[in-house]
Formats: sequence, structure tokens, C-alpha cells
Amino acid sequence: MLNVLYAILVLGIMGAVFGAILAFAAKIFYVEQDPRIDEVRAALAGANCGGCGYAGCDAYAAAVVAGEAPPNKCGPGGAAAAEKVAAVMGLDAAAPVKYVAFVPCSGSADKAKMFFNYEGPQDCLAAMRFGNRGPKECQFSCVGLGNCVRACQFGAMHIVNGVAEVDREKCVACMACAAACPKHIIRKVPYEQAVLVGCHSTDKGARTRKVCDAGCIGCMKCQRECPAGAITVRDNVAVIDYDKCTSCGHCAEVCPRQIIHPQKIYVQN
Amino acid sequence: MLESVLTISLGAILINNFIFSQFLGCCPFLGCSTKIDTAVGMGIAVTFVMGLSSAICYVVNELLVSLELGYMSTLAFILVIAVLVQFVEMFLKKSIPSLYTALGIYLPLITTNCAVLGVVLLNVQNNYNFIESVVYGVTGGLGFMVAIVLFASVRDRLQFADYPESFEGFPIALVTAGLLALAFMGFSGMQIG
Repeated sequence: MLNVLYAILVLGIMGAVFGAILAFAAKIFYVEQDPRIDEVRAALAGANCGGCGYAGCDAYAAAVVAGEAPPNKCGPGGAAAAEKVAAVMGLDAAAPVKYVAFVPCSGSADKAKMFFNYEGPQDCLAAMRFGNRGPKECQFSCVGLGNCVRACQFGAMHIVNGVAEVDREKCVACMACAAACPKHIIRKVPYEQAVLVGCHSTDKGARTRKVCDAGCIGCMKCQRECPAGAITVRDNVAVIDYDKCTSCGHCAEVCPRQIIHPQKIYVQN
Repeated sequence: MLESVLTISLGAILINNFIFSQFLGCCPFLGCSTKIDTAVGMGIAVTFVMGLSSAICYVVNELLVSLELGYMSTLAFILVIAVLVQFVEMFLKKSIPSLYTALGIYLPLITTNCAVLGVVLLNVQNNYNFIESVVYGVTGGLGFMVAIVLFASVRDRLQFADYPESFEGFPIALVTAGLLALAFMGFSGMQIG
């Protein structure tokens, strides 16, 4: 009986001592944290998508409170989150410019020439191990096996007829798709931008013509015809200056390859 | 002295690897091995805590034995490990925030890692002195790291492997772990010293 009491006593004392050490340590090592960080964090969408350019919602909230980041960077939260964050910080909320991801490739299954028939694992990177360009002849093409679809947390990417397309309403421009794309072809464009060039091949016109029915051949027609002077052909591919573009849509009409198109809006079946 | 340290190190890393031949710490081994980066992070955190808890538990064990309470050591060790992990977490958060964020969620998770309790119990069982205990703790952690990083890199390649669909996920991971353990059995015939 005495033994049991003895053991309980010793272990009890040990527990008490450790408890005291922890309580003491919690005081010494207490890290002061700005209470606004929690408030800002609560106002964000909490998707941890990294679209703001920080490691996650916590990191972004800390940066906002430190004054290093503007309050309107949260894509998923949109204007509502920007307003709340600005209210916490006592700043004016400028509505964030809405961006969306865009895949500059129109080489769908019926337009692009095939390099080989691929029947391996359904993964872009795996398909690219052959010839370093995937099953389509054009080395700038979208492989179309959906690495971006799997990377998207918001269900905004879809493979349509062998090319990735973005659902502009669902996209929050976190660019997880761009990071997952082994060809690095996905880019960020303003949501308001009405016309986009659906090709980014810098191959010469003759080669592009051979490998794809929907490739920019650098004919310069859009550059000459654009009333705002917003289009230039650089490296055999048309590039639109979004600041100058008035979204008149004239280029889309004159393009002989019909690859400058009003942004395709993905409609779910 | 040097000889015994060398024997213990090689034994802990290769011959009696904590995961592959003692089957301790299998939960984080399977849970944190989908990416090589997180596997390395987990490995470092485990090594750190195993080394530290070996040192402190040696002292606690000496204390208990001198009070003739050696039979309570397992209980006391659990207490010590839990307190230690909490303490280390607080200390890192204040003093080395970069390491704290790098280790992230893995640090508190180690509290329930049986490899840590295993290493302190084995220290007692093998009658190691203080230095031997610490060496066994650190190298045991390194052995864990070797195992988990190897496993993570194999799982990385499994993504492109062509295996039956019903093996998707944990089944193929367990098969892989079994094969790796078989490979490590090759070390079991080794004799040092």
C-alpha cells in the first residue's frame, strides 16, 4: 500500500513540476501577435490557394497587417473580402481587378496534327516524356491530359476536345493550373478583356501551318487592321496590349485563321 | 567508446532500422510520405525530438531507478515526451520562427510517434549510458529519415506506374513498404566489431 502511495506521489510531483515548467515557458516564450491578424484572416475566403502571392491565407493576413500587402489581393474572397479587410485595417478598399486564367492554345483534336497516338497514363508530364512535346505535333500545344484540371480547387478547368479551357466565372486566378502545367502555357488575363489570341506558337508561319489548323502564322493582318494599334506581331505570334485594346472585336473578324476570338465562355453541359 | 558509438549508429540506421525492422513509427511513415519535401521535414523533426528525448529520459530513468520506481518508467517517459514536444514547440516559435514554420504540423504530431517512445525504452533495455543513449536517439531518427525519404521518392514514381486500379492509394503503398523492408533485411546479416 505504501508503495502505491509512494509511486503516486513521485509521479504526481513529476507531473506538477513539468506542468509548472510548461506554464512558466508559455509566459517566457509568449509571442505577441497583432489581434488584427486573426481578424483579417477571418475575413478572407480561406481557400489557401496562394493566388495572392503569399504562402497561404495566414501568411497573407500577416503581410496585410504588416502593411506589406494591399487589402484587395484575395481572389476567391473578391470585393466582399477586400472591403472587410480594409475595414479592419482602416484603409480604402479598391475593388480588385478580376483576373482569370487563359490557355492560349486552340489546337483541339480536329485542328492540331498528331505526332503520335498516346495511350499511357493520363498525365501531361508523362505524355511529354516522349519527344518532349506530347502527342500533338506543335511543341507549344496544350497536351490536353488535364494536369491543370486536377490542380484546380475550384472546378474551373475542363478539357474540351483535347484542349484545356477555363470557366471564367469559376476561376479566381490563383494560377495553380499554371504551376501544374508542364508546358507553362497558362497565363493570367484580365476578366474584362474581350478578345484574346488563342495561340502562342513562335514557330515560323510555314511550320505552324503544317502542324495546326488553328495556329497563328504571323500574317500581320490584325496588326494592320487594329484601329487602336493594340496588336503587334512578335516572334511570329500576335500579341494584344490589354491597356490599349478597346475590345472592339475587329481583329477577331479579320483573322484568317480565326484564332483571335471573343473569350470562349465555358458552358457546363 | 568510439567503437560502440559507431556500432550503435550503423545498427540504428541500417541493420535495426526503426521502420523496416522494428516496425515503429509506421503511421507518419505512411502519412507523411506523399511528397519528398514533407518527408524530409518530418525526418528532421523526428531526429531532433528523438535525440532530445533520449537525453532527458536517460536522466529521468536514473532518477526513477534511484527511487526504486523503475517499473513506472514507461509512464514517466510518455509524460516527458509530451512535455518536451510542447516545450520545444514554444521555444522554436519564439526563438527560431523559421524552423518552426518549416516543421509546421509535424512537430506536435511527433508526440504520438511510437518510434520516440520506442527509442527511450530500448535505451533502458540495452543499458546504454548517456552518450550512447543520445547517439542511439539521433541515429535512430536518421534511420527513420532515410526510410521515409526513400519511401517518398518511390511513391513519387508510383504516380506514373501501371498497376491495377484496385491497388490505388494505400494498397500499393503498403506493397512498396513491404518490398523496401525486404531490401533492408539484406543488412540484417551484417556484423560489426
